[in-house]
Amino acid sequence: MAALIGRATGQALLRAQNGLFVQQANLSFKETIARLSRGKKIAAGVLGTVTAGAIGLGVALQASVLASELELHPPAYPWTHNGAFSSFDHASLRRGYQVYKEVCAACHSMKYMAYRELVNTIFTEDEAKKEAEQITVIDGPDDEGKMFERPGKLSDYFPSPYANDEAAKAANNGAYPPDLTYIVSARHGGEDYIFSLLTSYCDPPAGIEMREGLYFNPYFNGGAIAMAQSIFNEVVTYDDGTNPSASQLAKDVSAFLKFASEPEHDERKRMAMKAILGFSVLFVTVYYYKRHKWASLKSRKIVFRPKK
Amino acid sequence: MFKPIRKSNPVLKILNTALVDLPAPVNLSTWWNFGSLLGLCLVLQIATGLFLSMHYASNMEIAFSSVIHITRDVNFGWLIRALHANGASAFFLCMYLHMGRGLYYSSFKLKETWNIGVILFILTMATAFVGYVLPWGQMSFWGATVITNLFSAIPYIGQDLVQWLWGGFSVSNATLNRFFAFHFLLPFILAAMSAIHLLFLHQTGSNNPLGLCSDSDKIPFHIYYSVKDIVGFIVLLMALILFCLLCPNLLIDPDNFLPANPLVTPAHIKPEWYFLWAYAILRSIPNKLGGVCAMFLAILLMFTLPFTPQQRRGNQFYFPNQVLFWMFSVNFLLLTWIGGCPVESPFITLGSLFTAFYFMFFILNPILFYFWDLLLSPSK
Repeated sequence: MAALIGRATGQALLRAQNGLFVQQANLSFKETIARLSRGKKIAAGVLGTVTAGAIGLGVALQASVLASELELHPPAYPWTHNGAFSSFDHASLRRGYQVYKEVCAACHSMKYMAYRELVNTIFTEDEAKKEAEQITVIDGPDDEGKMFERPGKLSDYFPSPYANDEAAKAANNGAYPPDLTYIVSARHGGEDYIFSLLTSYCDPPAGIEMREGLYFNPYFNGGAIAMAQSIFNEVVTYDDGTNPSASQLAKDVSAFLKFASEPEHDERKRMAMKAILGFSVLFVTVYYYKRHKWASLKSRKIVFRPKK
Repeated sequence: MFKPIRKSNPVLKILNTALVDLPAPVNLSTWWNFGSLLGLCLVLQIATGLFLSMHYASNMEIAFSSVIHITRDVNFGWLIRALHANGASAFFLCMYLHMGRGLYYSSFKLKETWNIGVILFILTMATAFVGYVLPWGQMSFWGATVITNLFSAIPYIGQDLVQWLWGGFSVSNATLNRFFAFHFLLPFILAAMSAIHLLFLHQTGSNNPLGLCSDSDKIPFHIYYSVKDIVGFIVLLMALILFCLLCPNLLIDPDNFLPANPLVTPAHIKPEWYFLWAYAILRSIPNKLGGVCAMFLAILLMFTLPFTPQQRRGNQFYFPNQVLFWMFSVNFLLLTWIGGCPVESPFITLGSLFTAFYFMFFILNPILFYFWDLLLSPSK
């Protein structure tokens, strides 16, 4: 009984006025703006305009400075793997590997790429093993302390075309053909740049003389590149019957090089989907629990009742 | 009389007073979440860093290859590396928001807490800088070269100091080794300093959005703020993990995918985004020593804020200071943008202007406080 009276008295003390009066925060942007005074509205408008103007000026300055540079910046191409949840086009990767092997590998190494990385991405395990067996690896020493030659295995890395960097430079007029494993990550523009570079060899503009052994390419920094055009129509015959136009070859090898620099690409996007699902459930649950715990505090009312 | 174990056990008692029964103001907003988020970032960086260190080799011949080995050969190494590299960005993002909140609400009134916070900021910058050198890519190497060379601007001892830092006559294997050692050690010092930061904070209690004494209306930290912090943890982890899974290399400079080469200088040497504002200040003064002084001064000025005269409450009571604060915030972003631009017109002029405004803030802010108080005070 005493508890009942105590509770009733407490409720009476806390009651501000009769009737339902739900206190809640109003976070509506529209109503917040509507509540602002005229002066503040003008100030906010001016501030917004100045900020937008400043951002616009910054973008314009940035664009104008970029436009004054000598080389072209590649356009963004609609790669099939561009989407947040899109995987590689694996048929394209397979063709791209063929282009690398038959064209690029003559000069460029991919020393961080192992044949095992081709399994279940470009080839089946048996196909990848056969592919690896095509190379000869010097291994050893054997029981007699001698080095020996053996066919490649899945754990072997792609062979380099030159014995060392100096040999590579000597064979290419002093220009070192870069390793291609991370070439997509190591260039601004990524695979867009690689595709643009491969498909944009042309004659130099009037008045520009190219030194011997250099070729004009507007996408290359400075315009003069030591690598001659290597991608032509039908320079490779695709096993799957795809028309080997120069742009198709360039597209496929660019996609393959993207894969080489990010072999985990498909796996991480798959993980992203799982993460979104998992975190969404977790967030909703914990957020609801937080709201539940805070509800009494958020809806409480403190009333000052002066003594009469 | 029965006492709960959390109040009687000597170890749990400490945790209890810091995380469970701690009296906290009832009105802390989401801006107060960033302190705990920084703690999460530190734990995450230490945990991922520990796993990376198991496979990393701090030798200039194989450091680059060892990082590639981590990303290609170690189970989920690519994810651990992405979390560590992008975790640094999350760390600085939270730190800037945490400091911005402190600046807006005048949390620097809590002198010891603020000053230890500034020391934490400087230590974090040092940790991030030495960590960035470790992958031994082009930008790592040249970033180390540029930043360590700044010390050569110090008169008389500069050159000797730089060589002492390098452990040789250039950025070399000794430099990489000692930077790795420092990168391993500093986070633990950060953790210890964070504990002291909290210790001082809990002596005075947290500031709050009203800026008024909250003693009359406190709530226990647990369950209210513990659950609120957990919501923050989930949001940050979700954002960070999705970033690492959807665009892990977005913030990594392409040049850092090339092994360090002392013979080839990259066209544009620039630090990570979180250092660009300081880099812009450094470059905005043509004299090398002047630039170095300005950059260090820009950070060290934070120490002076608790001693600002006149200010009694936060910006929430001072409209002109609110405007100035947001201008300062935009200016900070503009400095970040300028720091990433090439050193050519018009960026040089703009950088100088933004740098001047950065320093003006520390002069204008107390003046505006003073005049606003003067204006509203009926007795004056």
